[in-house]
Amino acid sequence: MDIKVRVWRQTDPDTAGKMVTYGVKDISPDASFLEMLDVLNESLILDGDDPIAFDHDCREGICGACSMVIDGVAHGPEKATTTCQLHMRHFKDGDVIDVEPWRAAAFPVIKDLVVDRSAFDDIIAAGGYITAPTGAAPEAHATPVPKVDADLAFEAATCIGCGACVAACPNGSAMLFTAAKVAHLGLMPQGQPERDTRVIDMLQAQDDAGFGGCTNMGECTQVCPKGIPLTLIGRLNADYRQAVRKKF
Amino acid sequence: MGDFWNDGDPIVDTAAPEGPIETRWERRKFNAKLVNPANRRKLTVIVVGTGLAGGSAAATLAEAGYHVKSYCYQDSPRRAHSIAAQGGINAAKNYRNDGDSIYRLFYDTVKGGDFRARESNVYRLATVSVNIIDQCVAQGVPFAREYGGLLDNRSFGGTQVSRTFYARGQTGQQLLLGAYQAMERQIGLGNIEMNARHEMLELIIVEGKARGIVVRDMVTGEITTEMADAVVLASGGYGNVFFLSTNAKGCNVTASWRAHRKGALFANPCYTQIHPTCIPESGTHQSKLTLMSESLRNDGRVWVPKRAEDCQKPAAEIAEEDRDYYLERIYPSFGNLVPRDIASRAAKNVCDEGRGVGPGGLGVYLDFADAIKRLGQKAVEAKYGNLFEMYQRITGEDPYQVPMRIYPAVHYTMGGLWVDYDLQSTVPGLFVVGEANFSDHGANRLGASALMQGLGDGYFVLPTTLGNYLANGPFEKISEDHASVKEAREQVEGRIKRLLEIDGDRTVDSFHRELGHIMWEYCGMERTEEGLTKAIGLIRSLHEEFWQRVKVPGTGEQLNQNLEKAGRVADFFELAELMCIDALHRRESCGGHFRGESQTPDGEALRHDDEFSYVAAWEYATGESAKPTLHKEQLEFEYVHPSTRSYK
Repeated sequence: MDIKVRVWRQTDPDTAGKMVTYGVKDISPDASFLEMLDVLNESLILDGDDPIAFDHDCREGICGACSMVIDGVAHGPEKATTTCQLHMRHFKDGDVIDVEPWRAAAFPVIKDLVVDRSAFDDIIAAGGYITAPTGAAPEAHATPVPKVDADLAFEAATCIGCGACVAACPNGSAMLFTAAKVAHLGLMPQGQPERDTRVIDMLQAQDDAGFGGCTNMGECTQVCPKGIPLTLIGRLNADYRQAVRKKF
Repeated sequence: MGDFWNDGDPIVDTAAPEGPIETRWERRKFNAKLVNPANRRKLTVIVVGTGLAGGSAAATLAEAGYHVKSYCYQDSPRRAHSIAAQGGINAAKNYRNDGDSIYRLFYDTVKGGDFRARESNVYRLATVSVNIIDQCVAQGVPFAREYGGLLDNRSFGGTQVSRTFYARGQTGQQLLLGAYQAMERQIGLGNIEMNARHEMLELIIVEGKARGIVVRDMVTGEITTEMADAVVLASGGYGNVFFLSTNAKGCNVTASWRAHRKGALFANPCYTQIHPTCIPESGTHQSKLTLMSESLRNDGRVWVPKRAEDCQKPAAEIAEEDRDYYLERIYPSFGNLVPRDIASRAAKNVCDEGRGVGPGGLGVYLDFADAIKRLGQKAVEAKYGNLFEMYQRITGEDPYQVPMRIYPAVHYTMGGLWVDYDLQSTVPGLFVVGEANFSDHGANRLGASALMQGLGDGYFVLPTTLGNYLANGPFEKISEDHASVKEAREQVEGRIKRLLEIDGDRTVDSFHRELGHIMWEYCGMERTEEGLTKAIGLIRSLHEEFWQRVKVPGTGEQLNQNLEKAGRVADFFELAELMCIDALHRRESCGGHFRGESQTPDGEALRHDDEFSYVAAWEYATGESAKPTLHKEQLEFEYVHPSTRSYK
């Protein structure tokens, strides 16, 4: 199939970017979206142009590196699918596809489609963990965890930290990301001792990093490649209220 | 041996304690020198890589009080490729009361490695396996559980007990997030200085000791020298030398190879694991291959049509009696759960016979119809839901309706930098953990053992053995003006300049793809003397062409993904040649290394213990025409006596 892509080109953080159109010919419908960009980049290099920079790594939907807004939707048109797992069979011959980076105040563009998501790491560093220094662990079966809690914690823990939720949010909020980690750890008995401080500290870090507030738009969960549900934000809010009440 | 390598002195000291194997690790720990907690913060340790091994090591060392500097090429330490491990992690907990024990895990691993691993290391790995599970549970890793709230287990290839702990098909992700979160806690506390989007491009050795690295900031292109009291490489495996593999696109051998060039021996480079259950290639655009977890072989049945003429028919139209469940037929006691090397070669054999299915006849069926009938679709979905989804997304086919098509693909590399029992390389102060070292899996790794080894090394082994080394410190401060530091830095700058100046007419990827074809054809599932000799010639001429014709756009002072790739591919060329030489010199079949000339009458691998029961540790060939030098570490089997590995 032959298509066109309109891609955001920006040489560095301080230079203004713009959309540039490229034609891509003879693409197999079985190629992935990133493989289509690989093919385009090969021809750009041989033509003496600058290839398009984009983040990617595992290309199997789990590392969370790939991050493109495709036709206005974070990760593109397929539900619960990362960019790397999107295949060209979902497009038609002759399509013109817009490709942009994540856009959010807390994720500045580095080059082309590559953005800086280190603010997510800062949120985790503020409290997204259970303090359990190596060697101090009790026997694994000492504390049984009800299967239903373990399964729910797992569902929340499947977040890949890609940032699509932030890119989709009109406020540029990281609430779904933070809520997923708060739920994962808060659902486990091991996570109880730090439950209150965790939610307070993580939300503080989220504000400090320049993410917007949550107004329950629900765009985040629509684009989440792992289907993290909006209900976890309600859970976070409940945890937060309880933690603040205890604190004061 | 003449044309391709020189024979060097054997390796006699592996630093492993003597005496009963059950207490060797205990004794090593007791005899290890300790560093006073107050002195630890004066000691700096560099850790390259943030996967299971590097992440767990960095977190644990920082918790112990050392000053840690961590580096990864990804934009966040959470994205290291350990994240993609699907199936599970082994531990000798014996929660199933099915006769498992540390000794049995040790035995299975030595046997599974086809008697080419070091017994002392493997026993230690089995010993710490139980602590790993405790540690991960304490961190909140959401392992699968039974209704009573206790941990669930499943079985994996090469074993007859259920000892694999798992978190649906995302065990690696959950374990890595555990290590990552422990790391982030230390970053928040200021004990780890994290440098994401930084790539190690050279090792700095001062007066015979590893004292630092040269790194490139991948965003600004700035080259800096980073000094420390010890360097830990946790930079993963080198499967991407094949271009197509299940590794992440960025996985590379550069950190290890730079250390090798500076004197660290590289062991058993030819031992590569070809994983039997991957999604077949779909066309020339293919950029990587995707694994379908081995755990699928618990419930999926592998088959091909009995007759080649049936291969074009839809699977549903092939009657039961016309199907060949070849693993169950050839290996009745292990059936679909034979180890990876055996399953891969069996798939290659039936495809070579013309009985493969799918495009190009390069595929076999992995069929869940029986499991769905027996357990119901819901139960199958609960176990493997995400894997089925992933398969459907990539192929556009629904595996609940039609059998999956799978084919072997490069997955893991057992070889790596040579390390002693303390995980120290032949360069003092340079330690190597996880897939980057060669130590525990011999010639073939069993499923769910990579996660165990990565975390075992990082959480439990390295922090003890590194402490023993650091107890000799603190070492003299090294200035950035020191001749060795400047030299290393100039080497990096010179190489980058050279790559950018070629300005040829072929892309980096085109070279990488061609190199990968050569390796898959001649150094893949079956190797022969003739093929390997030919491959070495092809690699050399392509390598030469690379340095004349490669085109790297852009400059060194910016984010330049092609420059990054070019440096990595340049190192893959040198590694590829060494892999072929290693494969050529090992005139036996063992584990993932199958030599066509060395097989039994019924086509099974034939080892030659009298000649090849050793680790092949290679010294870098210095000078243009020089050859690598082979150092042999003889393997002693005091406990598990080498036998013909039979899974029939």
